[in-house]
Amino acid sequence: MAKQVQQLDRVIIRFAGDSGDGMQLTGDRFTQESAAFGNDLATFPNFPAEIRAPQGTLPGVSSFQVHFADHDILTAGDAPDVLVAMNPAALKANLADMKPGTAIIVDSHDFSNRNLIKAGYDGNPLEATGHGSLAEDYNLSVLDLTGMTVEAVKEFGLSRKDAARAKNMFALGMLSWMYGRPTETTIDFLTSRFAKAPDIRDANITAFKAGWNFGETTEAFVVQYEIKPAKMNPGTYRNISGNLALAYGLVASGVQSGLPIFLGTYPITPATDILHELSKHKRFGITTFQAEDEIAGIGAALGASFAGSLGITTTSGPGIALKSETIGLAVMTELPLLIIDVQRGGPSTGLPTKTEQADLLQAMFGRNGESPVPIIAPQSPGDCFAAALEATRIAVTYRTPVMLLSDGYLANGSEPWAVPDVDDLVRIDPNFATATNKTVTAKDGTEAEEYWPYLRDEETLARPWAIPGTPGLEHRIGGLEKGDGHGNISYDPANHDFMVRIRQAKIDRIADSLPPLVVDDPSGAAKVLVLGWGSTYGPIGAAARRVRKAGMEVAQVHLRHLNPFPKDLGEILKRYDAVMIPEMNLGQLSLLIRAKFLVDVVGYNQVNGMPLKAAELAEAITDLINTTTGDVHAHEAGDSATKDRETVK
Amino acid sequence: MTTQELPFPGLAGVPTNDDPQNRKEYTSDQEVRWCPGCGDYAVLAAVQGFLPELGLRRENIVFVSGIGCSSRFPYYLDTYGMHSIHGRAPAIATGIATAREDLAVWVVTGDGDALSIGGNHLIHAMRRNVNMTILLFNNRIYGLTKGQYSPTSEPGKITKSTPVGSVDHPFNPVSLALGAEASFVARTIDSDRKHLTAVLSAAAAHRGTALVEIYQNCPIFNDGAFDAVKENDTKADAIIPLEHGAPIRFGVQDENGVGSKGIARDDATGGVKVVAGDDPGVLIHDAHNPDPTIAFALSRLTDAGILHQAPIGIFRSVERPTYDDGARQQIATAKAGQDDPSAALASLIAGKDTWTVL
Repeated sequence: MAKQVQQLDRVIIRFAGDSGDGMQLTGDRFTQESAAFGNDLATFPNFPAEIRAPQGTLPGVSSFQVHFADHDILTAGDAPDVLVAMNPAALKANLADMKPGTAIIVDSHDFSNRNLIKAGYDGNPLEATGHGSLAEDYNLSVLDLTGMTVEAVKEFGLSRKDAARAKNMFALGMLSWMYGRPTETTIDFLTSRFAKAPDIRDANITAFKAGWNFGETTEAFVVQYEIKPAKMNPGTYRNISGNLALAYGLVASGVQSGLPIFLGTYPITPATDILHELSKHKRFGITTFQAEDEIAGIGAALGASFAGSLGITTTSGPGIALKSETIGLAVMTELPLLIIDVQRGGPSTGLPTKTEQADLLQAMFGRNGESPVPIIAPQSPGDCFAAALEATRIAVTYRTPVMLLSDGYLANGSEPWAVPDVDDLVRIDPNFATATNKTVTAKDGTEAEEYWPYLRDEETLARPWAIPGTPGLEHRIGGLEKGDGHGNISYDPANHDFMVRIRQAKIDRIADSLPPLVVDDPSGAAKVLVLGWGSTYGPIGAAARRVRKAGMEVAQVHLRHLNPFPKDLGEILKRYDAVMIPEMNLGQLSLLIRAKFLVDVVGYNQVNGMPLKAAELAEAITDLINTTTGDVHAHEAGDSATKDRETVK
Repeated sequence: MTTQELPFPGLAGVPTNDDPQNRKEYTSDQEVRWCPGCGDYAVLAAVQGFLPELGLRRENIVFVSGIGCSSRFPYYLDTYGMHSIHGRAPAIATGIATAREDLAVWVVTGDGDALSIGGNHLIHAMRRNVNMTILLFNNRIYGLTKGQYSPTSEPGKITKSTPVGSVDHPFNPVSLALGAEASFVARTIDSDRKHLTAVLSAAAAHRGTALVEIYQNCPIFNDGAFDAVKENDTKADAIIPLEHGAPIRFGVQDENGVGSKGIARDDATGGVKVVAGDDPGVLIHDAHNPDPTIAFALSRLTDAGILHQAPIGIFRSVERPTYDDGARQQIATAKAGQDDPSAALASLIAGKDTWTVL
């Protein structure tokens, strides 16, 4: 039966099921197929903190949203066009995000009374008719996916349970047909993934093909959709998640600096993938040390830095809290150190698998004393690679710990990434000290050549880095205040005041090495600037497009460097009548910008563990533009824009 | 001189220096600032006198310390050093020792630093058997914070923070180390320069984590805590000397030099007990016994309260693979034959599933 083919410019699909249903794998495979096809895409995996939450319950629902398009896109999308729900709980948990008229494909197999009750349904929503029913409000397809899967794989003699487990591949095959995805990558993947279990391998491949064939033959689906490849800049692309890009950026940091990498870390969601990945790459001279705790992780990393490695520690917010004292020691000893914080919902244990940007002030101020630490943040999954290299450049050049703030959305989300040419990557010179640097005249007039560990470079204010094994440069460093230059313990009041100021001045100097900010203001006529940092880049960019499409002007600036701020930021802020800062916190960048530049920014704050939604943000920006260009004062506009969003401050 | 010929196989990989060295070269220009009479002076003198004997290149020696009186130690030695933060020295030293095979890594710590705030790092360093020598200065008191009880203070200790007596039960550092799978555990005394030097030599020669508990007198806040093992009229009965291959005897010696008391297995408890020196069951000390049971039993002869009796010497010295050697070996194996990191990086980041846009 020849089916009608309909062109679409973009589609958002959400796969949802029980934690054990393999929805992350399904989404990931669909993503790889779309990447191979050449669509632009963005993904948003969303899963519970429990490995296997109680089966069939709402807290156990795991989902994977993929947005793919024939043009460049910035987010995983606000609301799905298609929901694939594998059980009642998955349907119930995700229905609120579905707009009327969108497509819902349900595996009816698990809609037993028991499962319906578990999910909190009074009756079977699939059987309801009339006003307000699924059948009336949505493009509902009720299919026994599990039953068809079991039937398709019966030749392999698997247990009923094992056979049913291939249902995610049946669903994937069906959706792959519906959207014209290439199937080779998935078949190759299943072949190698289950190489050691031929019956499981064959069952999964068979289920996948059966799903495809079902789509092609069934009368349930009359339309096949086509989303053409996106026009992208020339280059070689791959799909990449934030944590993988970050890990690769760290590998590249070692290659580009010639320093051995030493990762000292402790497993914590959502940062652990970086440890897993780096532990595979020992051939690059990378040591991964899984420590007894967060403190030992950073301690060993700092020790390795003292010994001439690039010390790195990876963690999330609770781990930063534990590492704070050692970060202070790194500030005092002025050694290179990377601290990667993949932020998650807080405080305390908070929401381990959900995203948030609420560690900015912890990164900025979470230590005793005047303890400045440079902070940088990637803006998209692929950008984590470049951000890691930039963090290394700053750490090595300025002899300082550097905080890199990723987050759960970046870590697990993915996008097509233009693979950089290694020859184009920045080279970072460790510039180890090899000789004495100070001539000292004794009281009797004799001169001696000494090594002074705190004699600074005039341009960067960085101190020399002499590593053990270098003859004649033996020296001691530590957490006690250092005398300027010679670095011996000093309790002198004037020296302490000087050293506090020079440590700050050194971090401030980093701004000299930063490129000018990119101001996205196409017409140059915008009155409102939206300033962001980190993973809100996508939603802010998508919101700005919506606003511009509606005929209004808005400017966007996104910060990679949060400390120090780029030198031109203050001047740019003053060019606009109003500045909005959307953040997944209660206004942390807002606080810093207000304090530093005396600009009364308008906050747009959401702390629900989820990425910002472009449509809602576009509304808030529109409100701010209207009040700014009208008679309403920007400050009042801010109150309206942040209505119901800012809680107690 | 090659490393193989060194009398210190634990330091294999650390470059040697053929020129004779002296203690002055190992003495930094910093004024030593411990209290008059502090036991730390004696240990510093012993270490400064002992380091030249190792015949290593001075620039390949690193001392790491935490916080406390003894942790000022690195400042007084002209080697590389880091005076770090409270309790974390074993973690920092683990990074140094793992990153660099060519460094001799020493940790200087105290009973508060190592056993209280840093207890976790200490036990895990010993469990992993990272190649480092840990000098645990045990004065059974907090000195730098002016006299609070420590995790090794005797029960009932009256201090500024326990005016009616401490109700804490103390750690026995040797028992703790043996329980933490340490491959080298010894105890010595600050005032016995000869014994201290001999134990340090053995510790330096050991590959893996060597834990040396040093009984160290704090003349200000806990003076006399170790008098029993130091005073001439008591030490014969207080010190139970452990020498590998020798019977474990102590007490007043007879005309043949045989101590009046000995240590034998106690069938009733499964541990050890004090018997007469001529008892046929007196144990021959075997520090190389792969089973730590007897070493542990010996460690229990130490008083938890006021010290009247303690075994002194090397409890245990066994060979076990070290963490840092293993970690470096994995990297060396992975690296073998791969000498173009840029090409490897390009291949890694491209991965297997790429597409090209023209």
